Amino acid sequence: MADEQKTILDVQHLSIAYPISIGVVRAVEDVSFTLDDGEALGLVGESGCGKSTLGLSILKLQRPPGRVTAGKIMYRGTDILSMSDKSLLAMRGRSIAMIFQNPLTSLNPLFTVERHFLETIRYHDAAYSREKALAAVQTILAVLGIEKKRLKEYPHQLSGGMRQRIMIGLALIMNPDILIADEPTTSLDVIVEAGFTELLLELRRLYKLSIILITHNLGLVAEIADRIAVMYAGTIMEIATAQEIFDHPLHPYTQGLINCVPNIRVEQKELVTMPGSPPDLVDPPVGCRFAPRCPKVMDICRVKSPSLREHAPAHVAACWLYGKRED
Amino acid sequence: MSSQPQRPPLQAARFSPAGWLASFVRWFSRSRKTYRSEWWIMIAGLLVIALIVAMTLFPHLFTHYNPLDQNAGGQMTAPSAQHIMGTDNLSRDVWARVVYGAQTILGVAIAAALLSAIIGIPLGLLSGFAGGVFDRVLSLIMDSMYSFPGLILAIAFAAMLGPGVINITLAVAVVYIPTYFRLVRGQTLSIKEEVYVEAAHAIGARRGTILGRYIFPNVIATVVVILSLNIADAIMTEAALSYIGLGLPAGIPDWGMDLSMGKKFLPSGVWWMITFPGLMIMLLALGFTMLGEGLAEILNPRLLER
Amino acid sequence: MRHLLNYMITRILLAIPMVFIMVTLIFVVLRVMPGDPVSAMLGGHAPQRVIDARKLALGLDKPITVQYVEYLGQLVRLDLGNSMVFNEKVSTPIIEKLPATIELTVFGLLVSLGLGIPLGAYAARRRRTGRDFGIRLYANVVYCIPVFWMGLLLQLVFGVFLSWFPVSGRTSPRVDVSTFSHTGFYIIDTLRIGSLAAFGDVMWHLVLPAVTLGIVLSGIFVRLTRANMLDVLKSDYILAARARGIPERRVVYNHGLRNALIPIVTMLGLQFALLLAGAILTESTFSWPGMGRLLLERIYLRDYPVIQGVIIVYTLFVSAVSLVVDLLYAVIDPRVKY
Ligand SMILES: Nc1ncnc2c1ncn2[C@@H]1O[C@H](COP(=O)(O)OP(=O)(O)OP(=O)(O)O)[C@@H](O)[C@H]1O
Ligand SMILES: [Mg+2]
Repeated sequence: MADEQKTILDVQHLSIAYPISIGVVRAVEDVSFTLDDGEALGLVGESGCGKSTLGLSILKLQRPPGRVTAGKIMYRGTDILSMSDKSLLAMRGRSIAMIFQNPLTSLNPLFTVERHFLETIRYHDAAYSREKALAAVQTILAVLGIEKKRLKEYPHQLSGGMRQRIMIGLALIMNPDILIADEPTTSLDVIVEAGFTELLLELRRLYKLSIILITHNLGLVAEIADRIAVMYAGTIMEIATAQEIFDHPLHPYTQGLINCVPNIRVEQKELVTMPGSPPDLVDPPVGCRFAPRCPKVMDICRVKSPSLREHAPAHVAACWLYGKRED
Repeated sequence: MSSQPQRPPLQAARFSPAGWLASFVRWFSRSRKTYRSEWWIMIAGLLVIALIVAMTLFPHLFTHYNPLDQNAGGQMTAPSAQHIMGTDNLSRDVWARVVYGAQTILGVAIAAALLSAIIGIPLGLLSGFAGGVFDRVLSLIMDSMYSFPGLILAIAFAAMLGPGVINITLAVAVVYIPTYFRLVRGQTLSIKEEVYVEAAHAIGARRGTILGRYIFPNVIATVVVILSLNIADAIMTEAALSYIGLGLPAGIPDWGMDLSMGKKFLPSGVWWMITFPGLMIMLLALGFTMLGEGLAEILNPRLLER
Repeated sequence: MRHLLNYMITRILLAIPMVFIMVTLIFVVLRVMPGDPVSAMLGGHAPQRVIDARKLALGLDKPITVQYVEYLGQLVRLDLGNSMVFNEKVSTPIIEKLPATIELTVFGLLVSLGLGIPLGAYAARRRRTGRDFGIRLYANVVYCIPVFWMGLLLQLVFGVFLSWFPVSGRTSPRVDVSTFSHTGFYIIDTLRIGSLAAFGDVMWHLVLPAVTLGIVLSGIFVRLTRANMLDVLKSDYILAARARGIPERRVVYNHGLRNALIPIVTMLGLQFALLLAGAILTESTFSWPGMGRLLLERIYLRDYPVIQGVIIVYTLFVSAVSLVVDLLYAVIDPRVKY
């Protein structure tokens, strides 16, 4: 069990719900996965399946009225969900950092780039002098390939790609262990996106980052992720190495996903979905949530939801096709 | 949720009362569940309004004093069992004046708000629909009036027209025409852009039909909200005009006039002459504001945000 | 700087149509609508001969269009004409009263911003809690209180019952205004001659009127601030700031409030119009010798040139404020280019 040592983040049976006026949106239901030190985990799934909710909850920042209803998120042995406010602040940005989908709106329009950086440093480490902080900022800007003069500029004066790089710089300035990237390329054009992928790989090496990459861009995960977790309607359907997922997908949903993109590595298409639409998370179906759309649906699927089980080495899936009834 | 709140697709209004009733009942039961607090705000507003409307309709149920009777009791006596709100400097019963004063202010405010809606809405529809120079000029005039302190406009009109119930109504109405105009013009412009109306154009619907069938029904929900909020505002404008002595001839019981009368005796500590009429103005305005705010929340569903 | 200057000039040119329209509107209301100023002023029973003589003297015998063009000509020369009642230029009483109105409105605005913005921001931060509900209730109730009633209540409680503050005028009788009056802005004047006693007296008189105006207007600012804050707090950069470990207070009040204030600044022009309207009623309630009282006095005296002049000065005042607000906006928002 040498693996245990290397596990840096361990999410256990996590459920998150949004109580709203018309009912309770069960956005994340009984999700478990681990992230090893230095590993890149891809989290893929259709729009609305709870990826962002999951990502944000790791920082305990799910949008109101989101509530964690069950589970634990263990970071280096402590449960993030039961941390004090003070340790949460210290953890965010310094241990675990996050970047978001839209770089155009993720920077405060009234603050200069420099101010964003200095503020972040100041609140994490009061010991930094202005000069020392600026020196740290220069270093990271050099890595990101951004000129020094940009520090005095406001977000609206920068291009989308540049803002995205600054977002990453801000996330990495305190040298975190884990970077959660929520659809980081969705709003970038193809050329910028290619550059971004390279940058992310480079930063990963430089900063020895563990990465959780949330996306519905299968091309991007293929390039970056070591392992891939496939999410559907708030639950994880399958986790395996990237190679395995693409070559031997087990879950019918994953198979559907892969089939929708004939040649991932070349085409880099957005995820095209299969017939039918994801279920209503307010009133999810009983049993397997994918059952209503599943081409290989069986009776049991509509009654009881399968749990994640290992069906090949380091390859888990939640599907009745591969497991016997266990009652 | 990153997605924009969804607007229901535009629909042409067909004449089918049964269908309307059915959809109203559906809307009613659903929105009552969804907007619990807004419902209560609206209900509270309606209750206050209902109470004051009852005062205007059946004043004798509320008091047996005559508001003009100068021998109702002693001069400026403090509230007592006989005169629950005391008497004024002319020995009239303050509560009776409060009850009968409701007629004036409520009548003027509602009439004025309706009048400005009746003038402002068609102008806004036409202007937004027609465009061109007509639209430009009218918009400029309305925008100027809108950005100018409304009360000053009303004062100028009231001063010219002289005292009188009709005159004060006109003076108040002038203030709110630009509100409706701007609102309806803006909505007309945005609805005009939408495919449905373009499609209607394409199938050769007449302008009048487009205005009446497509644009007007879609604007009306907002108008209802604004109307309610406007009545609240008009109440205070009416009270202000009569407070500064521009509104009404003597002899008509009116809260604003009673306040200015009470002001004269305030230094001698006659608190009841100013407390009650002012309280009524506030309550009435509050009633319409709450009704309007409740409606605004309910008619504009943004379900996932609460 | 060149750009800013250009922007200012364009902006001033844009304000001209508005002023022109209001001048025309007021002219139409006061001159064309039924009711003849001269006979109204002379009291209806004056012989026709006297009326005609008076009209001739005032130039009211000419066709209305000619009068209008002449009046516009006067205005362009910055001449508001002469009073019909007193032997004075229209500008004389206006210049005398304007400072009082400005002092009142500026302090009223400060009070309402000082109350409204913090309350609104706090309510947004504590959204859907009891305190939020309480603050919203305050905003709605206060918005529905007629300014003059608020003034009367404060007079009653703090002036009559408690005797803490004076209820009328700008100074006490014992203070000799002529010793310091210079600009008409008493606050500045008293400080200029360095008389703290007089300054204190002036401020003491300002308290109740400014608070009256401020409280009533604060409801609007609570609502504006709260609504804008709620929008801003949903934005991505707020979430991003939180994800970087910036403390909640700073996220709300530094990132959030600053952004929420921008739309409020753009709306300040409109709110100022409301403030001016409220100031007329406050002046009347507190016998505050400003433009509002001047307007009402001259309405009773039917002194039309002065009425017209006062309203035009109000128009200019509103335009000037919205101009300043636009410039302010351009300065505080880095995204605005002029
Ligand atoms: N603040 C909220 N209040 C209520 N429901 C929410 C909220 N945020 C998200 N949801 C619901 O939770 C579910 C999961 O949303 P989430 O944003 O996590 O999905 P996602 O996988 O990130 O989708 P996308 O790919 O579109 O970003 C959705 O059904 C959504 O409607
Ligand atoms: Mg998402």
